[in-house]
Parts: sequence; structure tokens; C-alpha cells
Amino acid sequence: MSSFAVGSGLSIASILLAVIVLAAMLIWVERRLLGFWQERLGPNRVGWFGILQVVADMIKIFTKEDWVPPFADRLSFVLAPAIIMVVVLMSFAVIPFTPEIGVIDSNIGVLFVLAMASLGAYSVMLGGLSSNNKYALLGSLRAAAQMVSYEVFMGISLLGVVVLAGSFNLRGIVESQADGWYIIPQCIGFLIFLIAGVAESHRLPFDIPEAEQEICAGYHTEYSGMKFGMFFVGEYLGLVLISSLITVLFFGGWLGPSFLPPIVWFALKAGFFIAFFILMRAALPRPRYDQLMSYGWLFLLPLSLLNLLLTGVVVLSTL
Amino acid sequence: MSVAVAASSKQDVSSRIPPGLRAKFAGRIVAEQFTCDGIPTVWVDRADVVEFLRELRDGEKPRFEMLFDLTAIDERLRTRREGQPASEFTVVYHLMSFSGNCDFRVKVALFDADLGVPTATGLWPAANWYEREVWDMFGIDFAGHPNLFRLILPPTWEGHPLRKEHPARATEMDPYSLDDDQAAYEQGALLFNPEQWGMQRKSENSEFMFLNLGPNHPSVHGAFRIALQLDGETLIDAVPDIGYHHRGAEKMAERQSWHTFIPYTDRIDYLGGVMNNLPYVMAVEKMAGIEVPERAKVIRVMLAEMFRLCSHLLFYGTFAQDVGQLSPIFYMFVERERIFNIIESICGARMHPGWFRIGGVAQDLPEGWDMRVRELLEFMPPRIDEYDAMVLDNGVLKRRTQGIGVYDTQEAFDWGVTGAGLRATGLEWDFRKQRPYAGYDNFEFDVPIAVNGDCYDRCAVRVEEMRQSLRIIKQCLDNMPGGPYKSEHPLTTPPRKKETLRDIETLINHFLSVSWGPVVPPEEATVAIEATKGINSYYLVSDGSGGSYRTRIRTPSFAHLQMIPHISNGFMVADLIAIIASIDFVMADVDR
Repeated sequence: MSSFAVGSGLSIASILLAVIVLAAMLIWVERRLLGFWQERLGPNRVGWFGILQVVADMIKIFTKEDWVPPFADRLSFVLAPAIIMVVVLMSFAVIPFTPEIGVIDSNIGVLFVLAMASLGAYSVMLGGLSSNNKYALLGSLRAAAQMVSYEVFMGISLLGVVVLAGSFNLRGIVESQADGWYIIPQCIGFLIFLIAGVAESHRLPFDIPEAEQEICAGYHTEYSGMKFGMFFVGEYLGLVLISSLITVLFFGGWLGPSFLPPIVWFALKAGFFIAFFILMRAALPRPRYDQLMSYGWLFLLPLSLLNLLLTGVVVLSTL
Repeated sequence: MSVAVAASSKQDVSSRIPPGLRAKFAGRIVAEQFTCDGIPTVWVDRADVVEFLRELRDGEKPRFEMLFDLTAIDERLRTRREGQPASEFTVVYHLMSFSGNCDFRVKVALFDADLGVPTATGLWPAANWYEREVWDMFGIDFAGHPNLFRLILPPTWEGHPLRKEHPARATEMDPYSLDDDQAAYEQGALLFNPEQWGMQRKSENSEFMFLNLGPNHPSVHGAFRIALQLDGETLIDAVPDIGYHHRGAEKMAERQSWHTFIPYTDRIDYLGGVMNNLPYVMAVEKMAGIEVPERAKVIRVMLAEMFRLCSHLLFYGTFAQDVGQLSPIFYMFVERERIFNIIESICGARMHPGWFRIGGVAQDLPEGWDMRVRELLEFMPPRIDEYDAMVLDNGVLKRRTQGIGVYDTQEAFDWGVTGAGLRATGLEWDFRKQRPYAGYDNFEFDVPIAVNGDCYDRCAVRVEEMRQSLRIIKQCLDNMPGGPYKSEHPLTTPPRKKETLRDIETLINHFLSVSWGPVVPPEEATVAIEATKGINSYYLVSDGSGGSYRTRIRTPSFAHLQMIPHISNGFMVADLIAIIASIDFVMADVDR
């Protein structure tokens, strides 16, 4: 047991590997699920049910020319995709997968995740600005506005959970849900977190920074090969991260009836939300950039503050 | 016989020229021309033309609200011009009255030494592109035009291609080569210069960003370019640039026989399929005096409506997709595929069957066609209802499209907007109802309208039109008449063969008709139809030969694109995409 405890080298390595492989596999999962929902097949030729499509894609993306446009700012252009990978992977450090599996047990886990999410905005901004392309510029402007404002609601929506659990430690938050998941007292917080989470990982319907129909590919218009691949996988890593966080904060993490091991419970819950995000992508159109902003500031912000206030009142009155 | 018909209706046509107009321009009307389509055609001097057009627009009823088309004819090689004043280049204005439901044609004679007419842009903003196109194609100058430079051809093009002396084929020209100097010159001509497009580089408070949307962009539905002048993400101005999809269809028509041009028409609005054949073959039939049998008419209507369904389905899906909805397009392609399968089993081809013939259609309906059409009528309606729940009822989509890209009926007239874009402004005006052609008067259907004239309404109108198309197809299915599928007229192609081996006269006729094609009497005719995207018309001039002397294809998308800056300035980039999507155009239909 000791070689696989929280924070051990083996544990870190296996989590890192599992998360990256999972994110890559998600590309296949998403394409198959979208195909299923859209009355078409999706990738089904490479390997069993097309499962090796990811490998084929990876071979293609790794063997592509590593090209930097001559008009781009080289350093920040190369740095940008690395940032998104690093900050999202760092966030996984504080996620408690099971009582035994996890990288660190931080007392400021929630804050750490929020801090990393804020840094993620730099990746998108730098990527867009350094490309020296007008579409990329528009994309990074949109991204900056969207990510900065949605972090606010994301943070506030989490505080209800923190108040209830009395802890910033994600492991502590899971353990405090043994008597009941926070989805019930914190359903408003959950909804806001869900919306802000999609906006943070800028997936449809909130993929405004890379809205293909409007600004081609937004901030990563000029990217290709592995650098594009890092943005791409980074997006899926973000998807896994948001789903894991929802599981940890609102759905009791690994907790569940004992006929299944904790890691399976965790995977099931997180997997459900991943599928939900994919379904959302298949179903919804994209709001306009200013509509998204006013929705956030005029509706989500007051609502999340109200939620925090009510939670505070309830907690104080039952002390 | 057709001559007798023409003689009897000549008085009739002449009486349609408003008497007040006749009185006001007494002595200044150069000539009246009779054409077999019954549209009053009046020749005036170029000094009078703007006043004459203004009188037609604002004078006594019927008022001609729309400049439907503006084009020219190179008359220098035309031999059969009986009753027309001398002219080397004729500028043709085609006006349309919606209040009076009639047309008017004004012609101005010009001579090569002095090619110029005053501009009509002061009367109709739509005249802008039409005049630029005429300048581009014929070299006719429009005095007072705000920006008379090439519209469709590249700025470095030499010559004016629709003039008769301009070669039609690459083999008639010197071999093409591009040396370094020439390449540099061509590159230089591509440099973007905002001032030339009428745009400022900066205002008092901010420096504008110029964004080149297209010619390759996910949302421009083909090769279409719009230069955007942006302040942040807000559109200050937009200048559409077209011509990337130009194939010279009008020039090609002059090299083809009447029969062999039919497949080219399929590619004009490439989503309209055989619907494109319809105005062309009807115009030829009108000039040749061919009566189409009932069965052929109903078959034509049925196929045209199937293509309307296909085109509207594609519009619906891409509209949702351009607003960011990923899935509907895939569902609609499933439907479209099923309709194409039916079309293929009837015509033998899917998107471009080229299946209508002068005088009828190419073959009779195959055995068992009714079963497949019945299937279509069963699977479509519930699917359309499902799409409404998915797309039109979606709150985000409504917020993205309602109140965006609004124009009213008067603006639609000014800019030459027809089709669903016109009906979305509240005007119930469908060619199939107002001027039933091809037997549409035998069908029961409604003309859906909407009142707000925004992106959402344009989509809603088209969705309802799909239901009406299904109604029409059902009536075709239930009431398909028997009889021949093609007229017995000698000018139809392929010609009759029954008697060819018995008498030499018929054999000679057959031989000539097959090898040279039919010879259509010297006439002029415009035939317009309610196509998938608006009113599409063919103006054909026959010089009594085996091919068209001049073919003018008036397409709806051309006029619609010109309007984009007018309805999108002040909105955001995302709104512009919604507006473009709601117009429903294909670039082949714009550039021809």
C-alpha cells in the first residue's frame, strides 16, 4: 500500500499518465458519441470500433512539421500551448480520486484550482496575441473577457460548498459529504459552477474564443501540428478536470455503496458529466459574446452572491 | 399560328403602357417593341432614361417599385432586329411592379463610339452592382456612378467579355503565362486599400481594424469575400467582394445550342437542380411557341418542389450551424440524402440532373415512382416538426437572430430582394401564386409570410415553405395526369423519330435538329420563376439561329448580397454571420 499512497512517486506518475491517456481517448469518445447522437457513424475504421483512431491522429500530429509562422512572436507562440497543458495538469494534483489515490493533500486545494484556472487564461491570450493574426486577436480578446469574468462566478459558486464543509481541502470536502452530497443544499451553486466550468474550458456553447463560424478557429488559428495538439488535448484535460471537480465538490467524490470500489464510483460520476458536456455541445447554439457577458454579470453574479448569502445564513443559524 | 397570337396581343401589350406616361413623354418615346413574353418594352433616349424610370417608379399606377434587372446586349452581330431602333449596345432596364403585378422593360440604344448612360443609383441603390456588372462585361460607362470599377472579373482583366469580339474560349486566346513582372503586377492589384472601397482608416477616437472575411471562411458559403471595417467587434462598414465563382455562364450560352445549354443552368444555383432548368426551358418554349403537355408540367412541378425541399433543408441546417448549433445539419443531411435518392431514381442524377427538356422532360417517370414519393411524404413532416423544436424554438437561437439584420418591404424593393427575404417583411408575394407558371395554378398551397423581416423570420418562412412544398408534391402524386411527357412540337429535343425512316423531309429535320439543334424564331423573352432563393429569371434573345444570341441570367442571390452592408452595419461580427446565413445564397448563383 505504502508505495501507492497519496503523494508517492508511483501514484503521481500513474495519475499523470492516466489523465493524459484519458484526455486523448476522450477525442475518440466525443467523436463516437456525437456520431451516435447525430445519426452518423463517427470514426469506426482504425481498430475495434475505431478506438485506435486516437493513435492514428497522434501519429499524424507528431509527424507534422513543427512550424511557427514567420510573422508570429516565436517565444510566446511556443509557450502558449505549453501553459494550458501545465496548468490543467497541475490542477489535477489536488484532486482526490479515492482515499488512496491523489498527488497532494493540500489545505488550500480549492484556491489552488482557481489559481491554476486563472493562469490558463494566459495561454489563450498569449496564443492569440503572439499569432499576429486578426482572427486570433479577436479570439484572444473574447477569451480574456470571458475567462476573467467567469472565474469570478466560478469562485463564488464554490464558496457555498466551502462554507458547508468548513474546509478548502478537497479531500476534506469529499469526506464531509458522507452524510449527503452537496448537490442538494448547493444546487444553485452547482448550476452556476457547471455553466462557469463550460465557459472556463471554452467548449460549445461557450466556445466563443474559437467560434469556428465567426472567427475561423479564434486564438489557435495559426497553430498546427503538436502545438495545436496541445491546445486540443488541453481542452479535453480541462473537460476531465471540470467533471472531476463537479464530482468532488457536489457529488461526493469517490463515495458510494460499497459494491463498487471508490475509483469506479469516481470514474462513473466524472464520466457522466463528461458525456453531459458532450451532449450539451451537440445540442446548443452559441450565444453572442456580449450576451454571454451580460448573462454572467447581470444574472449569474447576483445569483451566486445570493446563494452564498443564504448558505451563510443557514450555517450560522444552525451553529 | 404563333404569329397570329403575337399579332392579336400586340395591341394588348401596347395598352399596358400607362397613358399618363405616354402623354408626359410624348415625342420622346423612340420606339415600342413587341416581345413574345408580353412585357411592354419602350425605347427611350439616354438623356430621358432617368426621368423615365423615375416616372415609372413614382408616377401613376401601376408603380414599378423594383429595379428587377439591369443588363445590356451587344447588338452588333444581331441580324434580325425588325422594328427596333438602330443600336450597337442596348442597355435594358427590367422593372417590376408588386402593387400592379406587372413588368416593364426600358431600352436605351448606344453606339460603340460613345458608350455611356446616366446612372440609376439615385433611384435604386440596387442599380449599383448591376451597373458595375454591365461596365465590367460590356464597357458601358454610367455617368455619376459612385464607384464604377470591376465587380466580377479581376481588376487586371483586359477587355469586356460579353462583347462579341471578346474570345469565349481559352483556345481562342494566346497561351497564358505568368512571368515575374506580371506576377508582381497581379499581386499589387490585390493589395487592400480601404480608401478605394470607401472606408476610412480611423475616426476621431479610434483606429479601425480591417478584417478580410473570406474568400475562404467557414461561414461564407463558397468563395465570397467581405472586407470588414471593425471598431472592436462592431461593424462600421462592410464591403462585399464577389466574382470568385464566376464561370461566364452567360458567355457560354452564346456558344451552346439551345439544347446543350440546359446542363449549364443546373450549376447556376447549384442547390436548385432542375429548378434552374425551368425558367430557361420555359423561355425557349415561349419563343418557339411550344405547348408543354400536362403530364410534363406536373412532373416538372414535382421535381422542382423536391429540389426546393433539398435547398431549404440545407439552408436550415447551415443556418443553425452558423449560429453555433452543431447537430441539425447532420439530421437534415439525412433527409436530403433520402430526397436525393428519390430524385436519382427518377432523373438518374442527384444534384445536377439537367433533366428538363425544351417541351417537356427527358424521360417518363420510372415504374414505382409513386411508392418512393409516398415514402417521402410520410417521413418528412414529423422530422420537420422535430427540427422546429430543435432549432426555431431554441431560446439561444432566438436571441441570436431576432431583431438582427432587419429590413422592411420598401427596403426590400429598393435593393431588389425577392423570395423568402421579401415575404419575411410581411408582403405576401410568391411568383407561383401571383403569376402561376408551369401549371402552379392547379395546386393548392399557402404563401407563408412573417412580419419582422429579421434573420429569424427569414428562416421561419422557409421552414413553412417546406411544408407547403410537401403539400404540392402530395397533389402531384395524387393527380398525376397520363399522356406524353414531352411535346410533339418539331423544335423539341431530342426530336421526333417516329417517321424518320419513311419520309425524307422528317429525316432531314431530325438530322438537323440532332446535329445543329433546333432553330428558334427571332424573339426575346423573359421568364421568371420562384426559385429556391428568390426570383430567378432568364432573358433570352434569339437571332433566329441554333443558339442564344444573348442570355441574361438574373439571379436572386446577386441582389441579396449587395444588401449585406445596409443591414449589418452597427452589428457585431457574430451577427454578420447570422445575417449571411439567413440570406441563403450560393456563390455560383451570385457570380454565374
